Amino acid sequence: MKNPAVITATKPGNGQQAAQLLASIFSKYGIFLIFAIMVLAASMLSPAFLSSTNLINIVRQMSVVGLIALGVTGVIVSAGIDLSSGSVVGLTAVVAASLAQDPEFSTPFYPGLHVPLIVPVLAACAVGALVGLINGSLVAKTRIPPFIATLGTFTAIRGVALLYTGGRPISDLTDAYNFIGQGDVFGLPVPIIILVIMAVVTHILYAHTKFGKYIYAIGGNEQAARVSGIDASKYKMLIYVYAGFLAGLAGLVVSSRIGSGQPGLGVGYELDAIAAAVIGGSSLSAGGIGTVAGTVVGALIIGVLNNILDLMNVSAYWQQIIKGCIIVGAVIIDQLKHRGSK
Amino acid sequence: MENEYVLHMEGISKQFPGVRALSNVQLRTRKGTVHALMGENGAGKSTLMKCLIGIYAPDSGTITFKGERLHVTNTHYALSKGISMIHQELSPIPQMSVAENIYLGREPTTWYGLVDMRKMNRMTTELLNRLRIKIRPTAKMSELSIANTQLVEIAKAVSYDSDLIIMDEPTSAIMEAEVEGLFEIIRSLKAQGRAIIYISHKMDEIFKITDEVTVFRDGQYIGTDATAGLTHGMLIEKMVGRTLTDMFHKETVDVGSVFLDVQNLSGKGFRNVSFQVRRGEILGVAGLIGAGRTELMEGVFGVTRPHGGTIKVNGKEIAIRSPADAIRCGMALLTEDRKLSGLYLNASVRENMFIANIKNYLLGPFIRFRKIEKDCATMRDLMRIKTPSLMQIVKYLSGGNQQKVLISRWLLTEPDLLILDEPTRGIDVGAKSEIYRLMTEFVRSGKAIIMISSELPEILGMSDRIMVMHEGDKAGELSRADATQEKILHLATGLSLTA
Repeated sequence: MKNPAVITATKPGNGQQAAQLLASIFSKYGIFLIFAIMVLAASMLSPAFLSSTNLINIVRQMSVVGLIALGVTGVIVSAGIDLSSGSVVGLTAVVAASLAQDPEFSTPFYPGLHVPLIVPVLAACAVGALVGLINGSLVAKTRIPPFIATLGTFTAIRGVALLYTGGRPISDLTDAYNFIGQGDVFGLPVPIIILVIMAVVTHILYAHTKFGKYIYAIGGNEQAARVSGIDASKYKMLIYVYAGFLAGLAGLVVSSRIGSGQPGLGVGYELDAIAAAVIGGSSLSAGGIGTVAGTVVGALIIGVLNNILDLMNVSAYWQQIIKGCIIVGAVIIDQLKHRGSK
Repeated sequence: MENEYVLHMEGISKQFPGVRALSNVQLRTRKGTVHALMGENGAGKSTLMKCLIGIYAPDSGTITFKGERLHVTNTHYALSKGISMIHQELSPIPQMSVAENIYLGREPTTWYGLVDMRKMNRMTTELLNRLRIKIRPTAKMSELSIANTQLVEIAKAVSYDSDLIIMDEPTSAIMEAEVEGLFEIIRSLKAQGRAIIYISHKMDEIFKITDEVTVFRDGQYIGTDATAGLTHGMLIEKMVGRTLTDMFHKETVDVGSVFLDVQNLSGKGFRNVSFQVRRGEILGVAGLIGAGRTELMEGVFGVTRPHGGTIKVNGKEIAIRSPADAIRCGMALLTEDRKLSGLYLNASVRENMFIANIKNYLLGPFIRFRKIEKDCATMRDLMRIKTPSLMQIVKYLSGGNQQKVLISRWLLTEPDLLILDEPTRGIDVGAKSEIYRLMTEFVRSGKAIIMISSELPEILGMSDRIMVMHEGDKAGELSRADATQEKILHLATGLSLTA
């Protein structure tokens, strides 16, 4: 014996369901939607925007921050944070450059040194990973909050970079080395190729391997992960190592692009990388949330934004203000999303 | 048929800051049996189990499992030796799927090393089918109800194929029918020769499913007996060290004027509900999990906004837009999940008690700590909260004592209506009985209580009137004299009483 009142009462329920579905679609794909709208708007605002040189330029410009952001995403997913990546870029840039100087150069950093290209490449990655290991050990073993631990390395590593070169830039690098940052393969700049490869690798690592699953599990509920037999300390440490490795790679790309290793490189990159991850949906308030695809789009959004503001001759001062608002706006949306799902 | 022992824990001690949680206790569990671990909250049951699976390291004592001395240092080791546990208060990883949660830490992989999601989902489907649990393997944990979350935890513990499964309050959130399903699972595990340690506050479950009972009190080992040789009374006496004469302390109080009058209230999870609460009255709210009871009370209290209906307090229609409005009208809400929305775990007992009421302790901009100290001490004595001091950090208290701290907080605001959502969930008999005593004293002073509870004896024992809900609707109302378990269950499952 159903009465009509009950039947009509279920109707708004259906409407609600549709609204919920829409909300869940938006919360999943919203960032891609926003990106599409931005590209559309940008192409209407400036005809120069859609030219292939401009588009390639955007991606090349964000490739360094993009690389860092891939690692930072994993760290944020594990409910951590990495502030040290900008300093790691500085250190790995000078270390790699010092090993890649043209032997013909009059005052080389290491006189008489002539090593194959693979040495500076591996050195940059290894030094980055080593700093990551320090970060990871501090976070996992001493249980210092990640913010503090990486704030410490952020400061100290910049000091190490300055100390290494005595504050001077290291220039006159080999052509082979500079090719990494400046060369093209099949018309695509090498930095973009590196970014695409690393994005795919990182996506597989985060989404399809045990390591990735454990990072999400630890970020979502560390205690639950531990009682499931996961060595949370180990995996927490490893994600910082991976993030450090990617920051090292970024240092390599940056120094080869400008053809010089400077200890002051990468200042502020850590914040741009965090911004890219956050705009892309990684949650700083709740661990276990964030994707590679989101972060890449987040970085592209920043890149497109910078580009279109440049094309429209908006002053650099205003650009900063607008970027700041976008970051906060993204986090507000993120918060609303989580309130919605609660 | 005396089965051989599979587990010996001997001389286990564990000290926490300020508390001796376990002192020289023992536990012996036989193969193919269900062993109940009983004791009030804070007796040390959960601590002992955490020592067994490696979350805590005991200060002294030995653990022998299947004839082998174990030095359990982490959960992974315990799991690899064949000991798994259903955790009482551990939520799962909300952003991950059911399958990912169940096989966390031992994901199947493809030959090239990636996690094989398809295989994992298939294994989960098989496991859940075998246990007759109807949940999608790909559902996100955050989308599941509390009951289903608990069922997943049970499935996970079973999936390890362990020789010893520890079940800490496995039925605290699930319904009768599901409990029966769990018991079937337990019986089949027993038949396979596995041992189960069963921790529960629900007496009828203990007598229904367990073979032996070990009782702890205040961190001490009291004794081990065959369940068949015990009665309810004997068991309670062992647990509390005294006889409880009347569990409920129910007195009928003169009912006064209508305090809260809710008419045709609709909101998220409930439709068109009308009810009244009078001064001096306890209104019980019964229903299955998911019936919309909590949602209704959240609507009344302003946690969520209802989209239709009226609320009158003392005969005057009011608009409640936020919990602050509700508190101003003299209401207080004790939430179901005390850790999530109630307690500040890292703050002291004192801070937790006065935080909702700070404006009564202000002298200009200054906080009158001496008055707070006095009132909190009074509350502690009244509630019989076991804590070394008022400055003790709340997370170190047992569940029952945490609940009492929360109740103290709301009593200090001197509300006219106290809404209690599952006030005794996960609390031992002694503390339960004291909370019932406090409820009675509260209504005797002309105030009102709404109590949501899934425990029928509690509903029947304490309520003056009982409102039963079913899938968001009010299914009916019963007076204390009319109410029986059968009638409540009838209404709660959506059947009409005349049928």
